[in-house]
Formats: sequence, C-alpha cells, structure tokens
Amino acid sequence: MLSFALALHGITKRFGSNVANDDISLQLHRGEVLGLLGENGAGKTTLINILFGHYVADTGHIEVFGQRLAAGSPRAAIGAGIGLVHQHFTLAPNLTVLDNVMAGTESLWRPVSSRRKAREKLHALSLQFGLAVEPDAKVARLSVGERQRVEILKSLYRGARILVLDEPTAVLTPIEAVSLFEALGRMAAEGLSVILISHKLDEVLRVSGRVAILRAGRVVAVRAAHSVDRSALAELMVGRRVLRPPRQESRAGEPVLKLDKVDTRGGRGTRSLSGADLVVPARQIVALVGVAGNGQRAVIDLACGLAAPRAGILEINGRTIRRASAAGMHAARVARIPEDRHEEGVVGDLRLWENGILEDLDDPRFVRLGWLRLRAARTQTARLIADFDIRCTGTEQRTRLLSGGNMQKLIIGRGLDAEPRLIVACQPTRGLDEGALVDVHTRLLQARQRGAGVLLITEDLDEALALADRIVVIQNGRVSAPMMGPRYDVQRIALMMLGDSETRATSQLDHAH
Amino acid sequence: MRIEPRDHRPALLVVLGISGACLLMLLLGSLLIMSARAPVWASWLALLKGAFGSRLAISEVLTRSTPLILTGLACAVAFRARLWNIGAEGQFYAGALTVAALGAGMLNLPAWLLVPVLLGAGALGGGLYLLGPAMLKHWCNVDDVVTTLLLNFVMLLLVSLLIQGPMRDPMSMGWPQTEPVIDAVMLPKLMSQTRLHAGLAIALGCALLIALVESRSSFGLQRRAVGHNPSAARFAGISATRIAIWTALWSGGLAGLAGAVEVMGLRGYVTGDLSPGFGYTGVIIAMLARLHPAVVPLASFLVAAIFVGADAMGRAFNVPSYIADVMVALSLFVMLATSFVLTYRIRR
Repeated sequence: MLSFALALHGITKRFGSNVANDDISLQLHRGEVLGLLGENGAGKTTLINILFGHYVADTGHIEVFGQRLAAGSPRAAIGAGIGLVHQHFTLAPNLTVLDNVMAGTESLWRPVSSRRKAREKLHALSLQFGLAVEPDAKVARLSVGERQRVEILKSLYRGARILVLDEPTAVLTPIEAVSLFEALGRMAAEGLSVILISHKLDEVLRVSGRVAILRAGRVVAVRAAHSVDRSALAELMVGRRVLRPPRQESRAGEPVLKLDKVDTRGGRGTRSLSGADLVVPARQIVALVGVAGNGQRAVIDLACGLAAPRAGILEINGRTIRRASAAGMHAARVARIPEDRHEEGVVGDLRLWENGILEDLDDPRFVRLGWLRLRAARTQTARLIADFDIRCTGTEQRTRLLSGGNMQKLIIGRGLDAEPRLIVACQPTRGLDEGALVDVHTRLLQARQRGAGVLLITEDLDEALALADRIVVIQNGRVSAPMMGPRYDVQRIALMMLGDSETRATSQLDHAH
Repeated sequence: MRIEPRDHRPALLVVLGISGACLLMLLLGSLLIMSARAPVWASWLALLKGAFGSRLAISEVLTRSTPLILTGLACAVAFRARLWNIGAEGQFYAGALTVAALGAGMLNLPAWLLVPVLLGAGALGGGLYLLGPAMLKHWCNVDDVVTTLLLNFVMLLLVSLLIQGPMRDPMSMGWPQTEPVIDAVMLPKLMSQTRLHAGLAIALGCALLIALVESRSSFGLQRRAVGHNPSAARFAGISATRIAIWTALWSGGLAGLAGAVEVMGLRGYVTGDLSPGFGYTGVIIAMLARLHPAVVPLASFLVAAIFVGADAMGRAFNVPSYIADVMVALSLFVMLATSFVLTYRIRR
C-alpha cells in the first residue's frame, strides 16, 4: 500500500486580508527529497510554521504517516517525527556536540545522564548517514558546515523521519554543500523523507526527486526534477520569464581600491587580515569569495570606512586612507551595500526619505545651515522609488515595512544614484528571490559598464562566477592572487575556500569507515 | 495567546481609549480620596478650583510647570537617544548652584548680557554634570541609569555641604542657603502680584526649538538614527560619539536651565529644598508626553495642575497632599496601559 510520510490537505492561512497559504495540498513520499521553491513571500515560511505548530491553519489539516497531526503544537510535530534544520542554528556554542545533541532529550529529574548510550547512538547515526562529527568538540570551535551536521544529527537523534531543511546551503562552501547532498541522498535511501527549501535552483534540481513551486500562497506546480530545467523553474516561480543579465566585455581601468600588504586588528569576533593584497580596477567586478568568517568582515570594514589598516596601505581612487571614516568613504564616491540590510543598511523606524538621505547629511542639496530641506529630500527619494522600482506606499512609509528586495533596492539606489567610482557590495542578493536578484545583478553590471569598479563580497560561488571579471579567495585572513575570468577552475576555487577544520572532519570520516 | 503590533489604529479606538483612561483615572483618584475619608465630589471640585479657579491659581499652575517643562524636555531628549538620564534632579541643582555662584555679584556685566550669560552658564553646569555618565556609557558601557541616579545623591550632598559651608549666606541668620543673586539677574514677572515669571516663556521656547530640531534638523535626524539603530548610523557615517556628547549636553543643559530659571525667576538663592523632585517628575512627564517635545508642556501643565489642585484640596478637607504624588504616578500607569492597548492587540 502506498502511504505518504507527510500529507498536507487544503492548508489555508490568512493574515488580515493577506492570504499567505491558499489551499495548499502536498504529499511527501517515504524516501523522497522534495524541493520546495518559491520567491520571498510565496508562503514557504508560513507553511513550515504551520507544519511545526507555530501557526494554526485557518482550514485544512496535516497527516503524518497516516495519522492526523494535532494543530498548533510544536511538541506534537516533533513527537510525530518531524525535524527542522533552521538557516540560523540553535546550538549552544559553549557546550560540546554531544551535550547539544542530548540537550532536552532527558528528564531534568533523572539522577544521572546516560552519556555512554547517547554517545553510541550519536556515533551510529553519524556513520549511518555519513555525517562526521567529533562528539566532544565544543560547538564554538566548529565550522559552519560542521555545525549544520550537528543540527541535523540533533533532529535525527530525536527520531526525526521527516527532515525539513531551510536554505541549508546558504552558509556552506560548494564542497560542504556536496557532502550535505550526499548525506541527504543517504537519508532518502534509508527511507527518511526530506523537504529542501532553497533559492538556488540548480541545487534543488540536483538533489530533489520532485520539486514543488509556491507562488503567492498557492502550489503552482509539482514536477519531477528530471523533467524540468532551471529556466522553466524560474519562470514558474516568478510567473514570468526571467533572464540572467548578460555580461559584456569591459577593459580594466585605473585601480579604485587597492590593499597593499594590509594587516588589520581582530576583535569583535572578526578575523584579522594579514598581508592582504587586493586590487579592484575601474570597469571591473572583483569577487571576493570564501567561507563566512574568514576575514571578509575585515575587508568590508576597510572598504566601507569602518576600520583603518594596522599596517600596509589602503588606497581609494589613488589616495591613501589612514583614518577610518564612513562619511569620508561616501565623500570619495564609494557606494556601500552592507551585509545586513536591517542591521546596517537602513534604520527601520525612520521613513523612506529619511533613510534616502541618511548618508548625505553634509550635502547642501538636502541640508542648509543644519536644517533639512524636506522638499528636496522627499523629491530625491521619490525619484529613487521610481528609478529603482521600489514597491512601497510612498516616501513617508516606515522603512522596516518594506520587503527584503525593496529594502535592498532602496540601499542600492541610494548608493548608485551618486554615480560612485567604487561599489562595495556585501552579499547583495542574500535572501532575495530570483526577480530581485536579477535586478541587483543588472544594476551592478550597469554600474560597471558606466566605469565603476565593483568589489563583490559573496558566499555564493554561482553569483561570483556569473558576474566577476576576477575572483579572489579569502581564507583564514589571507587573500589569494586574483584569478582572471571569464572561465574559472571551479574545483580549484572550491579547494582554496576550504579551511583546516573541514579537511580534518573529512579525514575523520574516512577513518571511521 | 500572542501580543502583536496593530497595523493601524481606528479613530474610534483612540477616542474610546483616551476617554476610558480619563474615567479610570477619576475612578482610581476617587478611591484614593475615599480612603482619606474625604467627600469625593467636593474634593474633586476643590482640586479643580484650586488649579483653575482663579487668576492666582492658574498663575501658580504655570509657575509650577515651568521647571517641569524643562526637566521633562531633558528626559525626553535623552530617552529618545536611549540615554537613560534619571539624573535631572542632580543636573537641576548643578545649574542652580552655578547661577547662585556667578549671580551674587561675581560677574560684572550689563543687565541685558548678564541674564543670558547666567542662563547659559546654568545650562552648561547641568550639561557637564551629565557628560561624565554619558561618556562612561558610550566608551565603557557603564549603566547610565545607575550612574545618573547616584550622581543625584552626590549633588544633594554637595549642595548641603556648600550651603552650610563655603557658599552660606552670612546674612541668612544661620539658615543653610546661598547668598541671594543680585536684582539685575532676576527674570521679569509675567503677571503682577503672582509668582509667574519669564521662565515660562523660556521653557516654552525650548520645547518649540527642540521639537523643530528633532523633526527638521540634520542633528535631529542623526540623533534618531543613532537612537533606533546605532550600527546603521555608524555605517552611514554618523559619528555616535558626537551625538552622545551633544545629547548629554542638551539633556543635562535643559535640566540645568530648569535650576537656573527656578533660582533667577523665583527664589534668588539655593536651598536644599529648591526642587521638590522636579528632576524625577521630569521622567514621568517625558513618559506621559510619549517623548514628544511638543507635548511635554501639556503634560507638565497637567501634572502641575494636579499638584497645585491637590494642595488646595488638602487644605480644604485635611487630605494629605501626598495624594497628588500618587495621582501623578497613577496617571502615568493609566497612560502606559492606554498606549499599550492602542499600539498592540492580543490575539489568540
């Protein structure tokens, strides 16, 4: 008899007048990897929240292995064997792997905890699915990829038979991603079911058996992965044809950003640079790729005027920078797109026009004798809204109410409007859907065509390969020599991105076999 | 059950909420009056008459609200930038002492210059007294609630040291008070035969100026940006240190100005009881005004009316005038509850 691991029946969820999930029915087979695709706001997160009992659906119900799942109870979801691996990990960094996995599984009233049994179980699981971890290592010392494995093992340890992974590769290197996919394949082979939520179309196609596409709260298509291609999926997701922008030839100009044997101070949890050399010429896009936490933050801080070199020379447009000054960078026509939109890009509680001129408070166009020129400021932001197609209710809207893509457009618009000579783009498309991503890429390529140099700091290798004229790899605070495009040795780049911890874990896995 | 912010506020809800809050206030106040064994209806009437019943009563309310407007602004300005200045009381005395020290004949300037100079000096005294805690918070992350609060007691002890020692007026027949400032320093009266003085105009002018600076100036926008999201402000090139220094000077300066105005408008000298808690009441007023500088004068008038009216009520029915303090505190709680209901809703 064919029975589903998970069956959603007619799930509908409204928030006010907004229908987040509209009559969604989906089935997940045993031993299947189902890709769940959709733009931001398509309803993926709502659906997952309903599945885990954080929300209660207005109508519809869920069956797990033929049993009806109690609505609105996370405990029932876990009890029924559903495990969620979040994009943001929920591990205690000061505890060991074993402690993290065991935490919450034993009653607080038990006099002794049976660590030996737990260790054996963890070891067995990690062998069974090819998820190598060191049980006694402190989580704080693990790489992101290792932490993710711990997070998956934690779910499996609790008896999960349906695993939901939310954007699992967003934080991984390509090689880590491949090993994750191998593990997922093994889980499926062992009869577990996996839902993989992702923005990256290629990897969803590579790993999944079937792909379900959500758009505006509805399931618009469920396809077998081998029967569709990337562009068909993108079209289904967005609802119209989207083309990645083509990259035209462009000859390198004078350097607009130059690091010459730069050392930085560490601190604030950022890795310091040692002897970093980097050149971003005008009319070129230079991508800095690497695993998160390998010194990207130090480069960003230098290029955005938040830090000055401890040793070595930092040059912007041929002029040496000795003192850190964000305002000075702006004055030197450096457009800065920060890593975290909400944290650094905008002040959410301010209105759109206030954020629109936030970097220009020395500009006589917007400020006269210390007083704001409200009309000029509003006109300016209205122009950005029109030019960059920012969907909003007007210049008076509170900025935090914008969607991620529109907020990013506001930040990019603000930066590009001044015709910058250097653009520092940090993770410019993180969390954006396909339509918004294409838009950002187009803008960056246009700026390059206009003569700007672009420093693209990204963890998404596909993005780097698509846009960059040169790629440099950052690893453990060291910046590699540039590799010239347009053709790149992906294998080599991936290897260069790898850290020591990863090789250690891989060799351990081999050892365990 | 969950609590979530409202998307929009229906007008009916606002009207209902505010009138409900007023009713609740009256009800709780009535219970207080009953507990003091006074006739409820007559007591309320006495309170109203005491606050608004005569020219003198109104002038008294306005006089009382003058320092409250300034301390309320001091707290509002600080709180908006997340500087938790609970030390307006100390800064008030810092301003008052500065004026008393310089105004008793030490400065020899023409009258038209002397008054502004002394007002400025008083404000500077208060501002500098807050600068220390603000910088400790900015550079070393020292809790500003604790430091500003404790500095109030340091200042009170300093005041009593000075008025019993080096600054004691030799002509005061042994009373602990400073030498009076010279007549040229005193602010003009606004109404004859009342205590109302030009300090009210100064306070209202400050409220207007600060409301404009907050909403219309580059400095105000920078202050709000730093207050809401310091890292984004830093990224945009706004110097948080500069903002922190100026915020401390503004906030402490307003509280110091309150002390200066109180000395130059009313007393002429400093005693240990110059302020019946103006600095602390400023915190309540800032909260009542929901940190809007333009609303601070209204909140001050309300609180001053309750104080002045309760004095009259106390005299008429022998009710302890401490009831006024409780009523002001209650009004704050009711206001906070109302604004919570207006901003959030509860969903199951």
